[in-house]
Amino acid sequence: MRARQSPLTAPDRELDRFRFRVAFAGVAVLVAFALLVARFFHLQIVQHAYYTTRAEDNRISLVPIVPNRGVIVDSKGVVLARNYSAFTLEITPSKVDDLDATIDGLSRVIEVLPKDRKRFRRLLEESKTFESLPIRSRLTEEEVARFAANRYLFPGVEVKARLFRQYPLGPIASHAIGYISRINKRDMEIIEESDQAANYKGTDHIGKTGIEQKYEFQLHGETGYEQVEIDAGGRAIRNLSRTAPVQGNNLTLTLDTKLQEMAEKAFGERRGALVAIEPSTGGILALVSTPTFDPNLFIDGIRTDDWDLLNNSPDKPLLNRALNGAYPPGSTFKPFMALAALETGKRTPGQAISDPGFFNFGGHQFRDDKKGGHGSVDMYKSIVHSCDTYYYMLANDMGIDSIARFMRHLGFGQRTGVDIEGESEGVLPSPEWKKRRFKRPEQQKWFAGETISIGIGQGYNAYTPIQLAQATAVVANNGIMFRPHLVKYITDSRTGEKTMIEPEPLRILPWKRQHVEVIKKAMIGVNTQGTGARAFAGAAYVSAGKTGTAQVFSLKGADYKASRVKKDLRDHALFIAFAPADQPKIALAVLVENGGFGAQSAAPIARMVFDYYLLGKLPKGAAAEDDVEDD
Amino acid sequence: MFQQFLQRLRLRLVEHLDGPLLLIMLALMTVGLSTVYSATYDANNRALAQALNMAVGLCAMWAVAQFPPQKLMRFAVPLYVVGVVLLVLVFLFGVKVNGARRWLSLGFIRIQPSELLKLGVPLMLAWYFHKHEAVLKLRHYLVAGLLLLVPFALIAKQPDLGTAILVGAAGFYVLFFAGLPWQVIIGLAATGAGAAPFVWTMLHDYQRKRILTLIDPTSDPLGSGYHIIQSTIAIGSGGSFGKGWLAGTQTHLEFIPERHTDFIFAVFSEERGLLGNSVLVLLYLLLIGRGLMITANASTLFARVMAGSITLSLFTYAFVNMGMVSGILPVVGVPLPFMSYGGTALVTLSIGIGILMSIQTHRMLVRQ
Repeated sequence: MRARQSPLTAPDRELDRFRFRVAFAGVAVLVAFALLVARFFHLQIVQHAYYTTRAEDNRISLVPIVPNRGVIVDSKGVVLARNYSAFTLEITPSKVDDLDATIDGLSRVIEVLPKDRKRFRRLLEESKTFESLPIRSRLTEEEVARFAANRYLFPGVEVKARLFRQYPLGPIASHAIGYISRINKRDMEIIEESDQAANYKGTDHIGKTGIEQKYEFQLHGETGYEQVEIDAGGRAIRNLSRTAPVQGNNLTLTLDTKLQEMAEKAFGERRGALVAIEPSTGGILALVSTPTFDPNLFIDGIRTDDWDLLNNSPDKPLLNRALNGAYPPGSTFKPFMALAALETGKRTPGQAISDPGFFNFGGHQFRDDKKGGHGSVDMYKSIVHSCDTYYYMLANDMGIDSIARFMRHLGFGQRTGVDIEGESEGVLPSPEWKKRRFKRPEQQKWFAGETISIGIGQGYNAYTPIQLAQATAVVANNGIMFRPHLVKYITDSRTGEKTMIEPEPLRILPWKRQHVEVIKKAMIGVNTQGTGARAFAGAAYVSAGKTGTAQVFSLKGADYKASRVKKDLRDHALFIAFAPADQPKIALAVLVENGGFGAQSAAPIARMVFDYYLLGKLPKGAAAEDDVEDD
Repeated sequence: MFQQFLQRLRLRLVEHLDGPLLLIMLALMTVGLSTVYSATYDANNRALAQALNMAVGLCAMWAVAQFPPQKLMRFAVPLYVVGVVLLVLVFLFGVKVNGARRWLSLGFIRIQPSELLKLGVPLMLAWYFHKHEAVLKLRHYLVAGLLLLVPFALIAKQPDLGTAILVGAAGFYVLFFAGLPWQVIIGLAATGAGAAPFVWTMLHDYQRKRILTLIDPTSDPLGSGYHIIQSTIAIGSGGSFGKGWLAGTQTHLEFIPERHTDFIFAVFSEERGLLGNSVLVLLYLLLIGRGLMITANASTLFARVMAGSITLSLFTYAFVNMGMVSGILPVVGVPLPFMSYGGTALVTLSIGIGILMSIQTHRMLVRQ
């Protein structure tokens, strides 16, 4: 080839080859740029909407505005829970490298107690990742100023104005109102399950117990939002829009704070519970569990020493005895037994037994409190003088199934449905219950002998004070049963509209009116000539009641002498009552743990509560414990 | 007399300029300046400094255009030798910045010798081929390849992948236009593909990461993927007509990193949309088209391969930069010609245009 090539044409061929390469390059350039334009088309036309969203997400940050929590007031308008604004010193852990060094540095500017550090550590353990946590709350103006002057030293630390929950009455009604505290992981799960996660962005407190917990979503309100434009460093550049938060709904309770306070005081140092209900509505007038605690301690995370004090106290102040304490009702069970006897036809009012002071069954002697017995006892006398033998016989005649069926309708052994979480069921004894309760077959069997002590409210019987109060209210209300409740109405914060918690009867028990009257008459007798007469001497109204004493410790056969038994093994004192007897406005159950006889320590509390509620009379002095007839 | 003097002066000023090239370049500079302004006006405005850089670039272009290609050849060997020696010095005594040894400190000033070789390498190779034009054999291509490989390896070792690619490409284009046989080109491409896994093991960690994030930017959204994610968001959200000048949120809220230098295309794209992008691509296409025309009509081998290399280098800059910013090429440090802020690159590019003008205008003079 090369040999035949003409020297003259060689440069031309060379040039042709070169120009072909230039053309080739040109085509390659075109193809490459076409590829680029195709890429731009894909990004800017095909995926434009997607990238626009991404760009908006980049630049717009939603900052939640936490709504004011609803206020809780009692039936007279007394404020039980409210909000106030205060400054807190907060640290965002994710923005701080060395927490200890930062806190040490802060403590040179503002007082930080070891308690505060401990609390901060605890909050740190249960916190969400990016939130700021308080190291100090309720800063004084001077402290705020001092920090402001030094804040450049503390990146990640800031002073925030926050709304705080406050319970102005402190420990009064704390078990009913409950408290709020910082949201933990379990609360977060509940919030997510309730589809409230978006509404709780920015919220760091939540109702933990009582009304605060039950009505959390009413009280919380709707979180507002501020759209803020931010730059790549997360700094806010400007506000774009603002959606105002909606304040939480206010709650008005059926509770009467004065009555509550008076009742709590009446307990003095004693442990116990009292539930007072308005029979015609089920509205709870007082819900006492003593000792109480100050719910304000819990709000910013309770300090360790306070917690230890409350949690380790043998008196268990955090236990809501009214709903979670289950006690044998003792002789307060007798009026309900008597009503059951009438309704089932096992007894007539006039039918009398002869009481020798004991009842023999299956080789075991069930003894009456009164040595030698009460003689001839009819139904009236059995209640007024609290005759055990009458009820041993009655229980035996009725049988456990019949007793359990009647008592179940009265609400015993079931949750009342009160608007507080975590209520206990108590124990309504029956052969079925025993089968469920025990595992071993020999324990599962119901013995007829066990029925006997059920009749006087002992044995397996265990009910919560609120169940007892509800049953009393049902008798007072002639068989019409309401769900006990604490909230009277909810006030919508936007419209001001009031939503009543309608007192709808749960069920109407078809009792014969004359049967109920027999029981009521006997209960009036208790307070005029029987075991409650001492406590109600000189009352300006007619009341009906029944005393009770529940054995804590069984002294088999031996004589029970309170003075000889250690205090926490002493019997529980109980009293149920309602008044005025003809038109009951209030029904209650009182329980004094280890209080001994019901007539002695529980009935005087009921007297004070009635005097105050019906007459507006305040008690002169503390309840005197004096000797009265045994029940 | 005076009138005549003025006319001669004007002629003297413009006689070695190429009208189309100058117009396209000025158009690109205008777009570039407005974009630099938008990218920097709210913090540290660089528009004035960039205008100054452009003025310097234009002067350099004009000056270079005055030299006929034969005279330019004289610079080839000294420029190449100085460049390579400086690269060796960098390798031995260079200043380490961000893990890369690219700079040589002269006490009062730091210089980056690799920049010299962006023009030094093609100049050297073009001179070499020109010298051996009559007797070009395969071994000449081998020698030329070696001349290319030495600076390429030194720059890649720094490491500065962006500049290494630009220098390597510029040298390769010379070889290509000098008639490197197709068999060799195809063979090289095949070898390159076969050697890819081997090269992978030789890459630096950060270079591997960039390639990996190209495949899936979300694998490292806060690290090396961040640049690509944010720039594609900027481009995509620009849509058909853009968000308007100074109105790009990705730009002004500082989501785009290095927005006035290597990533300025994201700023432009966000504010001007697909329409702006198309205009910009068209301008580059015109620039390259004019360059290829000059290449095709060049009268000597030196002029041809030099013009071809410069023209395709311009394409390489533009394609690699826009490709990486839009997420189809890995992130390497390549500026967008006449758009990105920075004096050095601007002057180098302007000199390149000046050489093109020289080749074009002196050819005509010779023919006349």
